[in-house]
Amino acid sequence: MSKITGSEAVIKCLLEEQIDIIYGYPGGAIMPVYDELYKYQDKIHHVLTRHEQGATHSAQGFARISGKVGVAIATSGPGATNLVTGLADAQIDSTPMVCITGQVSSHLLGSDAFQETDIIGISTPITKWNYQITKASEIPEIFAKAFYIAKSGRPGPVLIDITKDAQFEKIDFSYKKTEGIRSYTAVPKININDIELAADLINSAKKPLIVWGQGVILGNAENELIKFVEKSGIPAAWTILGASAIPTNHPLNVGMLGMHGNYAPNILTNECDVLIAIGMRFDDRVTGDVNRYAKQAKIIHFEIDPAEVNKNIEVDIAVLGDAKQTLSEILRITKKNSHKKWHQKFKDLYEIEYQKVIHNDLNPIKDGLTMGEVMKEINIQTKGDAAIVSDVGQHQMIACRYSNFNKTKSNITSGGLGTMGFALPAAIGAKMACPEREVVAVIGDGGYQMTIQELGTVFQTKAAVKIVVLNNDFLGMVRQWQQLFFDKRYASTEMLNPDFVKIAEGYYLKARRVTKREDLANAVEEMIKSKEPYFLEVVVEKEANVFPMIPTGCSVSEIRLS
Amino acid sequence: MNKELIKYTVSVYTENSVGLLNRISAIFQKRHINIESFNSSITEIENVQRWTILVFTTETLIKKIVGQINRQIEVIQAYFHTDEETIYQESCLFKIKSSLLFDDRKIQNIIKESNAIIVTVNPEFFVIEKSGRTHELDELYEKLNKYGILQYVRSARIAVTKTPLLISDILTNFKKK
Repeated sequence: MSKITGSEAVIKCLLEEQIDIIYGYPGGAIMPVYDELYKYQDKIHHVLTRHEQGATHSAQGFARISGKVGVAIATSGPGATNLVTGLADAQIDSTPMVCITGQVSSHLLGSDAFQETDIIGISTPITKWNYQITKASEIPEIFAKAFYIAKSGRPGPVLIDITKDAQFEKIDFSYKKTEGIRSYTAVPKININDIELAADLINSAKKPLIVWGQGVILGNAENELIKFVEKSGIPAAWTILGASAIPTNHPLNVGMLGMHGNYAPNILTNECDVLIAIGMRFDDRVTGDVNRYAKQAKIIHFEIDPAEVNKNIEVDIAVLGDAKQTLSEILRITKKNSHKKWHQKFKDLYEIEYQKVIHNDLNPIKDGLTMGEVMKEINIQTKGDAAIVSDVGQHQMIACRYSNFNKTKSNITSGGLGTMGFALPAAIGAKMACPEREVVAVIGDGGYQMTIQELGTVFQTKAAVKIVVLNNDFLGMVRQWQQLFFDKRYASTEMLNPDFVKIAEGYYLKARRVTKREDLANAVEEMIKSKEPYFLEVVVEKEANVFPMIPTGCSVSEIRLS
Repeated sequence: MNKELIKYTVSVYTENSVGLLNRISAIFQKRHINIESFNSSITEIENVQRWTILVFTTETLIKKIVGQINRQIEVIQAYFHTDEETIYQESCLFKIKSSLLFDDRKIQNIIKESNAIIVTVNPEFFVIEKSGRTHELDELYEKLNKYGILQYVRSARIAVTKTPLLISDILTNFKKK
């Protein structure tokens, strides 16, 4: 067998892991790998983003819509540090991602060489695992380990840093996929006793509530969840990362939890007698004040990561394991039920929310356009089949609240980290992973400008993403908080914005601006019918607020409608 | 929630890997917990390291922290124990002026009674070593400090647990799979 360079070994590792698309940005310390990417361009499509942060978010969008591992690549120093936000985002949202960085030659390590940065030290708290390769012979084993760690158990980001000399060094290449690591239990063993205890509680509950999260999607357990919900008749609510695992219009889907979630599931969290948490981690945005969260209820937690159990909320029964397996087990011994009276409570509270909030959001009569009516038009035009990609803030809450999701893996948003600038590059990654799906990025004017340069990537790749900027000339969510909690002192939240249409046109994208209600439906239709990327700016009401809302420090049952 | 600070000995069995310490210390750092002492050593199992970390924290927090330590890829298993659940030793060195040894006979009695070992004596200074439980070291320090100590250093705690830890079983079970 002839020897190959470390750089070629990197490419061969990616091919062994069935990677055919990666996102990145070249530079000095990673040039040998780019040279091999050039030679292997028929096998691996390298997407040149306009900033390394964009590469990570594209890899995340790719991973979130496909369930596969996303790969990003960058050079040392600033290239590596620009990956930090994406790594942190992927870590907190459990996204499988492998990042590859170049590093100065091993004899220069620690000498403050040009573009040297301790990316291992920097990325340690925001990666599931990381490793610095200084010898080419380490490449096959470390890559195999990296992909195994990134996608197994609770997924997460892995960073591999490769010194330049290791990229040049020659080795005999052979690859063996990792099947296990002795110090790492990816999926805890199911304890049947816990399943039985949980089933007893569930079967005897009078007012049970299911709260599910992304664990259901990451574990491919959507069907199991739907069967469990339908058999048990238990109302089920979702965290924003859990959205779309059960279709929006499913009768037992009672809506979104948390700070800007739906009225009924928040209020009734504090009335249920058994709370069944599945693949979620009781984030503070979901629980509100933890000391007043579901205190009356017995809590069951289905969870793959033992460190999440009792972290934020003390639970009565923890069912450890992969959601697909634990839900299949519980399904067998769950008794059929309908909980009709209990359901009526959700319907009654929904009606209140509809009258006070939803109706006005979706069918406004006053002048300014609402974010809600834009989402309504998108639902109509996409028939609920689109993947909706959002950043963080008001537009995100509206997108999550009002999108109709027919298919799973359709809500791609920065949940845990709340990263502005996530949506545009994530949408590019999502569209490239699933070209057959409609991908609509819904972004605020603030976040859009944090990664606006990725329009260049859209232009170059022709990825047919649909970009909707909901422009209120404000950092809307911060402004809303300033209005409610800081006596309307709008400190640095008003934005003087450029002509977004001209900017999009500068990248040769089809672009349109809507300022009037009568043009909205037509513009959204034109956008969705377009086979090419399309930019749509919708000028929305400047000082609109997102309700319902659980103010910080309040209990979920103190949710406000205005 | 019980907020009482308790002294915990955290024992972490790990793969011998560069950078893991950074990961573990970050878990304590995020929650503003100071590491009182830290020891890394080889163990009864080849290529497995044992870290012994001493911290003051609450029962609620130590459970969460050890859970998060266990989650790290290269951690084989982590445990936490109270003083009562472990057999532990710490050791320390005192450097003291030699003149004191002869000027005041009491100091010789202190050394004898404490079961400390004289490591070296020269005309300028002598060094004694004492191993034992925390309070025994503290007591000797108090007694000698009255005479003046030139240098004092204390090692990290090492501890074994009264109950078995079964690390070999974890590793054997992995091999069987």
